[in-house]
Amino acid sequence: MKRSPEHAPLGEEAARHLLARTGFGTPPGEVSAFARLAREEAVDRLLEGLVSTPSAPLPAWADEADPAPREVQAMSVAEREAHQRRQRERGIELREWWLREMLAGPSPLSERLTLFWHGHFATSQRKVRSPRLMARQNLLLRRHGAGRFGELLHAIARDPAMLIYLDGAGSRRGAPNENFAREVMELFTLGEGAYSERDVKEAARAFTGWGIDREAGEFRERPALHDGGEKTVLGRSGRLRGGDVLDLLLARPETAEHLTRKLWREFISPLPEPAVVTALAAVLRDARYEIRPWLRAAFLSEPFWRPANRASLIKSPVDLVAGTLRTFGIRPFVLRPAAIACAQLGQDLFGPPNVKGWPGGEHWINAASLLARKQLLERLFRGRDGMPAPTDSMAAAPAGPEARMRRAMEQGMRTYAFDAAAFAETLGTDRTPSRIERLVLAQGAVHPAAQGMGLADLARHLVADPAYQLR
Amino acid sequence: MDRRQFIVSASALSLAAALPVKGARPERRLLVLVELKGGNDGLNTLVPIDDPLYRRLRPRLTIDRSDALGLTAAHGLHPSLQSLRKIWDAGELAIVQAVGYPEPNLSHFRSIEIWDTASRSDEYRDEGWLSRGFAQRPSPAGFAADGVVVGSSDLGPLAGTGGRVIALTDPDQFLRLARLARPDAMASGNASLAHVLRVEREIQRSADRLHAGREFRTAFPAGPFGNAVRVAAQLAANREGIAVVRITHDGFDTHANQAPAHANLLRQLDQGLAALRDALREIGRWDETIIATYAEFGRRPRENESGGTDHGTASVHFVLGGGVKGGLVGESLQLDRLDATGNPAHQLDFRDYFGALASTCLGWPGTVAPAGGGTRPEFA
Repeated sequence: MKRSPEHAPLGEEAARHLLARTGFGTPPGEVSAFARLAREEAVDRLLEGLVSTPSAPLPAWADEADPAPREVQAMSVAEREAHQRRQRERGIELREWWLREMLAGPSPLSERLTLFWHGHFATSQRKVRSPRLMARQNLLLRRHGAGRFGELLHAIARDPAMLIYLDGAGSRRGAPNENFAREVMELFTLGEGAYSERDVKEAARAFTGWGIDREAGEFRERPALHDGGEKTVLGRSGRLRGGDVLDLLLARPETAEHLTRKLWREFISPLPEPAVVTALAAVLRDARYEIRPWLRAAFLSEPFWRPANRASLIKSPVDLVAGTLRTFGIRPFVLRPAAIACAQLGQDLFGPPNVKGWPGGEHWINAASLLARKQLLERLFRGRDGMPAPTDSMAAAPAGPEARMRRAMEQGMRTYAFDAAAFAETLGTDRTPSRIERLVLAQGAVHPAAQGMGLADLARHLVADPAYQLR
Repeated sequence: MDRRQFIVSASALSLAAALPVKGARPERRLLVLVELKGGNDGLNTLVPIDDPLYRRLRPRLTIDRSDALGLTAAHGLHPSLQSLRKIWDAGELAIVQAVGYPEPNLSHFRSIEIWDTASRSDEYRDEGWLSRGFAQRPSPAGFAADGVVVGSSDLGPLAGTGGRVIALTDPDQFLRLARLARPDAMASGNASLAHVLRVEREIQRSADRLHAGREFRTAFPAGPFGNAVRVAAQLAANREGIAVVRITHDGFDTHANQAPAHANLLRQLDQGLAALRDALREIGRWDETIIATYAEFGRRPRENESGGTDHGTASVHFVLGGGVKGGLVGESLQLDRLDATGNPAHQLDFRDYFGALASTCLGWPGTVAPAGGGTRPEFA
């Protein structure tokens, strides 16, 4: 008797779909292993594998205190430049550290969730200017990423990097800064239109007094700077404090729906379906905002597996870079070029464009970014003898850090070449072109491969196909 | 005659038709839009030097009458804007006051979305206003593109599927890489794949008609904005037309310690626009180009406690070009009538502002160009 799809082994096509959606790339060995599992088993295996700490420790400097602002002020010009260079260098090391976790960590789903929350609670090193605080925020996102959203929200609101990024750190009685109060409603919880300007102003007063001890790099509540007066937020009045406002936001039904729609676009399809969103939002509320049950319900939902929703998401730059390296077993010696590639393609880790995070979806692909993606892939798959002259991607490179980054990229890229023989080893016995196409692409190639292509040519052909931009 | 030959000769025809007759009013003008990202402080850009309220609202950020570059008895420019002052003296700079919209939204993202889509404050649209217009009034077939977005992955008013739009940081590099785009593929029912395929087609069509590498005698300033205006000038020199170029100047979200940062930003703007003017004169296109700024909002009139300014509403914008009628346009901000958020009301709806630009540069009729229901200014 034929078993229903829920109970039959997934098979390679469904397994690749699950892995492409929940992790980065589709390494053939992992696809084969998951192909043998039934849906529920496969999903539970991913969820059991979730981790809340990184596998490699943060770089050692993450424990060193940043110099206090007044110490930086007191520096000579040369000292300050050296300080800024050091901070930039550490920022790059941090990106490399995270990419290493994505490539080699035990749970790609944990990394994807961390990246999702990084985009949701977008915070940029460009404003925070402390790799150490950015690193610690990343640990926070990992700690709570699959846990309770309420705890995550309370923690991020007191996170030093966030307090700097959205100007909460200087907000005090009589001079409340509205930035965090607005974004916590518009982006982090309710969504646009579910609150008024008055709510923003009142909530900003409630958050006054939340600051940081710059030297310790830690949250400090300063009662003397807090506006203890009566406030009205979303119809509730009282001597509200910051934590009260967060609880009010968590109590609103819009928050679970807003989160569900955003998670849907990350994991399922570009167009959330209202009826299923309502059901999944209820799962989230019933689980007191715990994310893990939401993931389980979503990954076992019909829309997740529906053929029309396969290949419906556009790969982010991190998907493209980390996914390509993982899928094809490319193990670069240094990850700096990969981090720079992500940034050049529009997804600078620790540097989202603004507090709204990366807009994603079709926004990832325009004439400039599509060509940059194709150029990167062409290089990875050109073969060891064909690295380009350094000028190829350096036209109009401005002087300064960006040019240096590009040059580092050019040099570093030399360790990134695709190795067809090593890839072949990961394929097992079935090395037919049609199987390789199914492993690499989320849907059939737009431009079918010619008959009789060798593995290296076939791989190059497949990653150049428009379908390779999808997951 | 194959398809490409046809397009090339058709483009030669349409371009000949579009060539300006000396002294005549050009039928269409190149529109260069400059987004001042983050929200420029209009009050310290066009300074109401005589208004006592200004000093009261800006105790620490005041620009003194003696420092401002005087324009009229009541108005001066920020001291960084020395070249714009010269362009003003040449009668080629219009300064448009108090541009905004009713029920202003103070979020960067929402407000720029309102501007980019030319929507009402309570209306949500996906397509940029230029893309919507190009869907109804495409540029002549021989044009390289309806719009080119320089140095930004966010397409702003050119977002959407209505126009032929490319984004690039450098034309040379764009042409070298365009060979990686593949020949036309079948349409797809998968919306994301259809998007990728459409971008590939746009790359090819534009690459066929884009010529890069024009060298200028004009020196362009260093830095991202200087690069952007250099590319804008190269695009303006392209043989086959481009209707709109959008460049951005980023960093105007000056919540803290504004004075030095803002002076720098305006100096970069000033030097960049001056270089663009010189370059356009060099290729004889200054008279048929209009450069216009826009932003999501201005800053709040009352400075904040951190020596900066918070999100505001209506603000001032620049429109310049060889054929532009110089002068102050519209009414000043009313600093004595601030709303509940401490912000002034707009006097000119930004849709009428965009509408005027679209009608002057692109020849779009009132049914296609944005309209805010007020009187449309005339810039040329």
